[in-house]
Amino acid sequence: MGEAPLGWYLALSVVLFTIGVGGVLLRRNLITMFMAVEIMLNAVNLVFVTAARGLGTVDGQVIVFFAMAVAAAEAAVGLAIMMQVTRVRATLHADELTTLRW
Amino acid sequence: MTLDVAIASGKAIFMILIALQVMAFGVFFERKVSALIQDRIGANRASIFGVAAFGLINTLVADPIKFLLKEDVRLAGADRFLHALAPMLAVVPALAAFAVVPFGDVLEIGEHVINLQAASLNVGILYVLAMGSLGVYGVVLAGWASNNRWSLLGGIRGSAQVISYEIAMGLALVGVVMTYDTLDLQSMARQQGELIWGWLPAWGILYQPLAFVIFLVAGVAESKRIPFDLPESESELVSGFFTEYSGAKHLTFMMSDFVEVVLVSALVATFFFGGWQVPYLGREGFVFPGGGTIALASWVVALLQITSFVLKLVFFTWLQVVIRWTLPRFRYDQLMRLGWKGLLPLSLANVMVTAVVITATDALS
Amino acid sequence: MSAWLFLVLAALTVALSLVVVLHRNPVYSALGLVATLVVLAVFFVGLDAHLVAALQVIVNAGAIVVLFLFVIMLLNLRVEARAVPSPVLAGLAGLASVALAAGLFYGLGRAPALPGPAVDAGYGGTLPLAERLFTAYLVPFELTSVLLTVAVVGAVALGKKAVRRG
Repeated sequence: MGEAPLGWYLALSVVLFTIGVGGVLLRRNLITMFMAVEIMLNAVNLVFVTAARGLGTVDGQVIVFFAMAVAAAEAAVGLAIMMQVTRVRATLHADELTTLRW
Repeated sequence: MTLDVAIASGKAIFMILIALQVMAFGVFFERKVSALIQDRIGANRASIFGVAAFGLINTLVADPIKFLLKEDVRLAGADRFLHALAPMLAVVPALAAFAVVPFGDVLEIGEHVINLQAASLNVGILYVLAMGSLGVYGVVLAGWASNNRWSLLGGIRGSAQVISYEIAMGLALVGVVMTYDTLDLQSMARQQGELIWGWLPAWGILYQPLAFVIFLVAGVAESKRIPFDLPESESELVSGFFTEYSGAKHLTFMMSDFVEVVLVSALVATFFFGGWQVPYLGREGFVFPGGGTIALASWVVALLQITSFVLKLVFFTWLQVVIRWTLPRFRYDQLMRLGWKGLLPLSLANVMVTAVVITATDALS
Repeated sequence: MSAWLFLVLAALTVALSLVVVLHRNPVYSALGLVATLVVLAVFFVGLDAHLVAALQVIVNAGAIVVLFLFVIMLLNLRVEARAVPSPVLAGLAGLASVALAAGLFYGLGRAPALPGPAVDAGYGGTLPLAERLFTAYLVPFELTSVLLTVAVVGAVALGKKAVRRG
């Protein structure tokens, strides 16, 4: 076989993104939902790097650089929020955190 | 194609063998040099047919056999998969980081010119930092999977220490990268073959002395050796994060400890002491500043360079062993204060001063 | 990257991300996430993006997931009894995911093909990326530094235990 065509990378990122979405919909534990969101973020990073390689520029990689920085910031603040939630509610199960519902 | 694969795997195996042999020396030094420092003889009882070889038989033959034959304790209430995975996660990144360390210049066989570096990446330094980042997982999982509060304490302390000193290490390396204008370790080693004022080898220690000190301190902290061995503190936490490990897994953790010692030695030698450089030795042979030359075959030059590299590895491993047996251990808050409030501002200052000096010398010349 | 290597690594990535999403033990999910991120870094190397691959391992796999593991261990999260609360929910989520995947594949099929030109040796290294970062993307770069500072302050403030003013 020859080189893997760029379309395969995009197909793989679609599959990973779908797995991430399925994880957010399926799981009820907040930390696992957060990890599924990380998978979605990385699937999109793969799309950007593939597009950068496909067009011959590095702008896609610069966008991935920023996406990683934002993901790090989001993970830090999100996990701190989860620690506070555990202190107040003693649970991280999404079905039990319902006080903001109408 | 297959010849390239064969050459590449040969280089990788050779580098790993160098690392493991120097690691064995490190273990031997740990027993003998500590004994000399403490005014005793050290382990020398085990012998084969009466030959004890100054304790080499004891440390390098009898001890591993003992470890491998010990019972592998199954813990109640601990996750067996994670318990078995943690030592592997500790040792594999440390060994993998040797892929970018150059152990010689080039070897010319016929018309093949083989670059003596297992993997020549154009982001070599970042690969080393990446393997260092992955080394945290062994510590964290070992502490967690042992179902033991002392282990968990040692694991959390250990991982906090490792990720704190990673930052100081990375920033010290920024100064080195600025000096050599490249991220590839082989290129850095080659640039240290030039001569300042016609006679002084341009080793990195002359350009970046502060970065050397910061990198050495951060490297000792990364491998969790004394004076930074709170995660493992034998007098406080039994054995810290690897308390519940026995037999072959304990040997794997000890191996990861010494492999990291050798890795720090290899990096210090490559960045600051010329790596495989022998002063005045070029690819064709010796070229002295007075004008004399000694022509040597390519394989002789390569052999001299590999020997020089291994000698530097052994020296820095010995240095880290001596540091271990001389200094007392830091308290945890002292350790974190040193990492964040001491080394981090110093390495930032180093980067700024290096930038100013480089710009000034470029403007003046 | 050769096609068979791609297929092997792609199967591995999908298997690992399924472990992340479906396993009952959060520590195993975190380890699956680390492995997924490292294999994705291998894909980045296959796409000649060397700097981004190194950053992926250093930042994403080596720092973010360590943070996840810390929180899981500090909060002492237990292994869950069941990963999914009810089979009805599982069925609906599966249907929604399949529909999303179908829609995305349809969109991919309609997109113009990427030319994939030959690139020179230093393509994914530090120099081209830095050249773009400090010229065209300078403002986002500076704003990112502000963002990270704000995130650090926010995380520390949110992570503290509540201080009662006496």
